[in-house]
Amino acid sequence: MSNILEVSNLTKTYSSGTKSLTVLSDISFSIQSGDKLSIVGSSGSGKTTLLGLCAGLDRATSGSVILNGISLDNLNEDERAYVRNQHVGFVFQNFQLLPTLTALENIMVPMELRREKGIKKRALELLDRVGLAERHDHYPTQLSGGEQQRISIARAFSNNPQILFADEPTGNLDEETSEKIEHLLFDLNRESGTTLVLVTHDLDLARKTDRIIRLKGGMVQQASDEMVAENG
Amino acid sequence: MDKKISVPDQKVAWRWIFLMAWRDARKSKSRLFLFISSIIIGIAALVAINSFSDNLQSDINSQANELLGADLELASNDSTFKYPVIEAMDHVVSYENSFASMIFFPKNQESRLVDVRALEGAFPYYGKIETEPISAEASFRDGKRKALVDQSVMVQYNVEVGDSIRIGRVMFKIEGSLISSPSQSIGATLVAPAVYIPMDYLDDTELIQKGSRVYYRRFYKFLDPPNDFDIDEQIRTDSDSLRAAKISSETIRERKEDTGDTFEDLADFLNLVAFVALLLGCVGVASAVHIYIKEKIRLVAILRCLGASGRDAFYIYLTQIGLLGLIGSILGAIAGTFIQTVLPKIFSDFLPVDVTIALSWTSILGGILTGFFVSILFALSPLISVRRASPLITLRGIQEGGKLKLDRVQWLIYGCIFLFVIGFAFIQIGSLGDSLVFTLFIGLAFGFLALIAKISMWLVKRFFPDSWSYVWRQSLANLHRPNNQTLVLISSIGLGTALITTLYFIQTLLINEVEITTNNDRPNLMIFDIQSHQVNEINDLALERGLPILQSVPIVTMRLSSVNGITYKQALEDTSINLRGGMFRREWRVTYRDSLIDSEELASGTLTIPEGNSEEYKDYSKDAVLVSLEDDYVKRNNLELMDTLVWDVQGVPITTILGSTREIDWQRVQTNFLALFPTGVLEQAPQFHVLITRVKSTEEGALFQREIVKDYPNVSVIDVGLILNTLDDILDKIAFVIRFMALFSIITGLLVLISSVILSKFQRIKESVLLRTMGGSRQQILSINSLEYFFLGSLASLSGILLAMLGSWGLAYYSFDSTFVPNILPIVAVYLIITGLTIVIGLLNSRGIISKPPLEVLRNEIQ
Repeated sequence: MSNILEVSNLTKTYSSGTKSLTVLSDISFSIQSGDKLSIVGSSGSGKTTLLGLCAGLDRATSGSVILNGISLDNLNEDERAYVRNQHVGFVFQNFQLLPTLTALENIMVPMELRREKGIKKRALELLDRVGLAERHDHYPTQLSGGEQQRISIARAFSNNPQILFADEPTGNLDEETSEKIEHLLFDLNRESGTTLVLVTHDLDLARKTDRIIRLKGGMVQQASDEMVAENG
Repeated sequence: MDKKISVPDQKVAWRWIFLMAWRDARKSKSRLFLFISSIIIGIAALVAINSFSDNLQSDINSQANELLGADLELASNDSTFKYPVIEAMDHVVSYENSFASMIFFPKNQESRLVDVRALEGAFPYYGKIETEPISAEASFRDGKRKALVDQSVMVQYNVEVGDSIRIGRVMFKIEGSLISSPSQSIGATLVAPAVYIPMDYLDDTELIQKGSRVYYRRFYKFLDPPNDFDIDEQIRTDSDSLRAAKISSETIRERKEDTGDTFEDLADFLNLVAFVALLLGCVGVASAVHIYIKEKIRLVAILRCLGASGRDAFYIYLTQIGLLGLIGSILGAIAGTFIQTVLPKIFSDFLPVDVTIALSWTSILGGILTGFFVSILFALSPLISVRRASPLITLRGIQEGGKLKLDRVQWLIYGCIFLFVIGFAFIQIGSLGDSLVFTLFIGLAFGFLALIAKISMWLVKRFFPDSWSYVWRQSLANLHRPNNQTLVLISSIGLGTALITTLYFIQTLLINEVEITTNNDRPNLMIFDIQSHQVNEINDLALERGLPILQSVPIVTMRLSSVNGITYKQALEDTSINLRGGMFRREWRVTYRDSLIDSEELASGTLTIPEGNSEEYKDYSKDAVLVSLEDDYVKRNNLELMDTLVWDVQGVPITTILGSTREIDWQRVQTNFLALFPTGVLEQAPQFHVLITRVKSTEEGALFQREIVKDYPNVSVIDVGLILNTLDDILDKIAFVIRFMALFSIITGLLVLISSVILSKFQRIKESVLLRTMGGSRQQILSINSLEYFFLGSLASLSGILLAMLGSWGLAYYSFDSTFVPNILPIVAVYLIITGLTIVIGLLNSRGIISKPPLEVLRNEIQ
């Protein structure tokens, strides 16, 4: 199997006046197509920054990110946006639905950006798949947190992404809802054969993936296959 | 393996852009309404005023013949004047002999100076003399002793249709009140309002005697003039002979041009009002979009995450703002078209023609295009930030990298705004210099307000009162913390306050100017047309009544024949001669005395030939006549000391030397003269005298007038107090017009205030809710919000007032040659109103946050 994501010697430093702060230092790893990977670590360990760099939301200070064979390092923001639209799906901790769009319209946006045809049918199917068909014309403020995250997951899968980045997808939800969301995420991931990169500090959730990268102080503390073995 | 990526160069998906613009707008209706309302009011003002000006201009054109009432008006001081070319043509003619005289009201024993117009013929041939009742215009010509009396006089003296007036020896019945007639201006009616009587009774009044100053007018209407006949051309050809015969003329075209010129000032003023209203609208647009886009940045970041390009995101909001601007402009144009129907009523007292109410498509289309253009132009600066919204905001919640620096596009937009303001000012005002100055002032005003905002924030930060209570500290800190509205609110509310307050200050300044001249110890009664043999008797009469003789001045009328041997004709023919024609054409009213009075000051030269060996006068005899002219007049007309001036004093040439120049304070109520002769020259010339005195009360004035008019019917009296009353009425009307027009600016300013405050609420919701969640009481949050709006309102209104005071001082000093003394009461009132409004609107908006549960607020308001 080929690598869908290759990260080499990635470093991210923020400068403020004469001071600089390195939040990621010399990170390297790769992930094969269809795999599930977790990035874990305590708050401030740099996991969200790493996710942002891998997904092309930000630029690294040094090192490289190759996503689906495309080097993101020298792309401008619009080129990276194109790559995200073509290959990437996102699920965020705070859902990030467009507040002025209905549930159905939120799901349609990535497909509209790809200028696809017949998107309403597919969006309705996805809505049905996440169990919210009857809420299609509701706005995000009219939905509960769990419902918003289900819409967010449906949106993430709407453009058939090769890789899905999920940032603390259950971080804002209660235990029962979290469990339902986890199932939905992993089920859809399995059905579509998408690669999953998950950022979480929930080890139970992390253990459900094939591999775990543990970050501490901006460095990889442990890239563990043992846990995968533990898992199964 | 590294694949190359190339983003397909796709065309903008406009359908999707429009769809997203619509989807986004439908949930932001209330906020977008505020944006649109600024455009509506600004464009309404523009369309209303431009339509009105358009219609006024076209009505002046189409009703030009009604302005004159005839095809040609000829006038002279000589009753026997002739213009053979015209007399030879097929025509009808009317005669009007007019002169100033006192009329007497038997009903209340009072008298008043008027302009008596004895009319013979069917004048006016175009338009009509407007009277109340309407039938009076015709019935007063039925051959009986009937008069039409100016309506303001009838009101002032409490006389009605059917009452009598006595003019000279004849008693007339008032047939109707005179509302307007062709060739009657406000200025003329101020001192001597018109009274029409039939010509048949003029001789019976016995007021016309040898030497009386009568103005003889003839109004011609040509019957079937030849096709190639052009009256203007004819007048031009005969101009020399007409001038020689001392005949003045006016044609329809000349009257039209004069009227157009007069109303250019009105149009300039109106255009300026429209410009200010639109500019305030632009401020509204910029501040509304600025805050609106700030809220939308997170939404843009999500779109960017999902793969939308910066261009797509920018176009979504550009489309939204553009479409709303277009809708606002169309609504504004409709509103403006309705408002223009009111303007003719507002201006009716000042208009020479009946203004028709017609759709002015040029104004409507111009207004819509302008509205659309300014919506986009003024929204661009805040909109441009959308391009650079980072998708990382979705993960981090804030834009990383701090404040973005101005890029080239931003500078380009500022350049376009600057050019637009100059260009638009030029279109409205019509002078590039004035437009530049105006734009510069607006720019300086903005700079000044921005500076005040920055300094305030710095001061609060630097000298933060740590010991104050939490509520005060929190509200003060809100002025400089992230997401503060200090700069936007101080700029928008401050500029609105400044414009409106300046308008108010200038209006008060002009009214005060008039009131100063009515000061108690100033002269207030002028008696003129006193014949030489009557001077002593009338002076004695005044002294008997205990009235002071403040001035008793002889007046001689004359014309200037030549300057250093150059006549008017030579000056006209030889373009190398630098003399102005006006001084030859005017009828000079001159006095003679050997000293200066307190309203004069010697600027250069000498009043009498110096004793001894004067170098300058060594070639002149001791009997040379030295005259003195006003200093400014001498400069304007390129005259110099020692110039030889020859005067035609009613047929007798008198040679003089320009010996001195004087500075004159014309604002005093007393007789001032451009030209002053020495004694010993004009004593024997035909002359009349003016007596100036001061009466203590209206009753005393009326009594004295009655006595003089009874014994000396040829003498006229001007009651300055009466003129000032009339002037007050006119100024009241002008003030009303100014206030009405300022209303546009006030409403737009209020909208800017409301939208700025409402939009700023969204910046504070989250923390208000957090404070409530942490147990902050309703009272505490209310106090924090009130205090923040109090600080903002105070800073904005005080900065605006300060700006207005600077502006008014500048205008007073440079434009009105006056001193600006600010009145404390209106300043306090403006401060209280603006600050109060800011607090009230702010609090009305925060009501929802305070009264509802925090979670509900978060769900509904945070998007």
